[in-house]
Amino acid sequence: MVSGEKGRLLRWWFFFLLLLSPLAALFVNLLNDNLGADPAKVIVKELGFWAITLLWLTLSVTPGIKLLGWRWLMSFRRMLGLYTFFYAVLHLLSFATFLVGWRWDILLTELTKRPYIVVGSLALLLLIPLTFTSTKAMQRRLGRRWKKLHSLVYPISLLAMLHFIWQIRSDFGQQLIFAILLAILLGYRLYLNRRS
Amino acid sequence: MSKRLIREALNIPSSEITSESIYKQRRRLIQAAMSAAILPAFAYPSFARAAGYEIPDDLPRYPGPAWLRQKLASAVRNPDLSVSDELAPYYHIITHNNFYEFGTDKRDPARYAQNFKTDPWKVEISGEVAKPGNYNLEDILAPHALEDRVYRLRCVEAWSMVIPWLGFPLADLIKRFEPTSKAKYVHFTTILDKEQMSEQRSSFGTIDWPYVEGLRMDEAMNPLTLMAVGVYGNALPPQNGAPLRLVVPWKYGFKSIKSIVRIHFSETMPETSWNVTAPSEYGFYANVNPAVDHPRWSQATERQLPSSLLSPNIVDTLPFNGYADQVAHLYKGMDLAKWF
Repeated sequence: MVSGEKGRLLRWWFFFLLLLSPLAALFVNLLNDNLGADPAKVIVKELGFWAITLLWLTLSVTPGIKLLGWRWLMSFRRMLGLYTFFYAVLHLLSFATFLVGWRWDILLTELTKRPYIVVGSLALLLLIPLTFTSTKAMQRRLGRRWKKLHSLVYPISLLAMLHFIWQIRSDFGQQLIFAILLAILLGYRLYLNRRS
Repeated sequence: MSKRLIREALNIPSSEITSESIYKQRRRLIQAAMSAAILPAFAYPSFARAAGYEIPDDLPRYPGPAWLRQKLASAVRNPDLSVSDELAPYYHIITHNNFYEFGTDKRDPARYAQNFKTDPWKVEISGEVAKPGNYNLEDILAPHALEDRVYRLRCVEAWSMVIPWLGFPLADLIKRFEPTSKAKYVHFTTILDKEQMSEQRSSFGTIDWPYVEGLRMDEAMNPLTLMAVGVYGNALPPQNGAPLRLVVPWKYGFKSIKSIVRIHFSETMPETSWNVTAPSEYGFYANVNPAVDHPRWSQATERQLPSSLLSPNIVDTLPFNGYADQVAHLYKGMDLAKWF
């Protein structure tokens, strides 16, 4: 294993590209006509899947460090959080562009009347302050308040889960897995809280 | 020559069809053209044959069992009951399917249904009929000539396609079994085969298999209601509901049940699968209605497939999917918001 500054840089680039690869794969599949007869829907679904997966991974950093001792994970928490925002924004943009075609009349009713879209948009909205206070400078400036602000990630994860659950038509296998994982991730926080 | 003319006749941008009046206008125009013999090819029955459809060489074809081929080849276009919208490409029709028995992703049925056994096939006719029994599909089809009909299909998920089916009126089939006066409803059941249909084995599904759909007797007897055995000039691919499926073009797609093994007549309303699974979201009638939204999404518009990424091809949804003239009378006096 490469050590020191060079190793850190290498590792950073590795994770950076790894987390970008779902988007790259989507692009390649799109160009090769591999997304089926309704690529718009597939793109929106895939981006949403990766947004929620990355959010769950972000939430796994603390348990990963405390339970497994993987301290290096800490240096990727910001990257995971920012990628969550990145995929969530692309998810919403592709919905508005590919599925709704920026028809404002449709967008307006969707954003106000559809419970799952309201909940999903709210989660994305709450991610914005977290994204813009993610830098080290902001972390220093906000001090104790930074931690408080960033505990918004817990309600965000619940909103995202609800948004995902409301997509269920008949098979809930995938949603069940994500719900169990979230219960473990949030349950671990409750456990830590109670102990301290 | 005639092939080219047909292509042109069918090649009307669907984006032009935004209202029923324009749609009817075009129908009149085409009918006028036909009677004036400007488009003689359109009136020739021969054009409805498989050869009339352009299927790219790299896509699978489904010739069907040998006994069905002659029947498919002699199918005749029914122009009165066909819409003139541009057809969805064959590729879209055979790869974009809701057939949950084979998986819930739209691409799953095309992936996992290819080895589904559809011949030999039996259909049980039961309930309030004079001639119940277990019939071979071949015998079921024997007396019926096939028609080629271009229908709009509107999915409850707010996408739609224009599809050329090969089939025959359900009414003609029903009459043969002589329903009694007690036959008020028709139930249809899809095959239950956990070995071949993976989703029927799933522990996380909420549908109680087998899939059941149903119609009121007058809906079943409407001339638009079709029993389909083919699409795009070929036999039905398994992912599209081979070997026998229902097509009810004024209702959301889930009413058009696939791979039917049982047709049952009764006095009571059938408990249909989606209605039982989510009664607040899917009614028994499920008539296409832009005025009544699904609780989770709007039904006012639809994406007509194929749509490209940058122009989703959104069109207004028409009451009864554009078939109001033929079927609205069936629901006279009914509150369609209540009986959605």
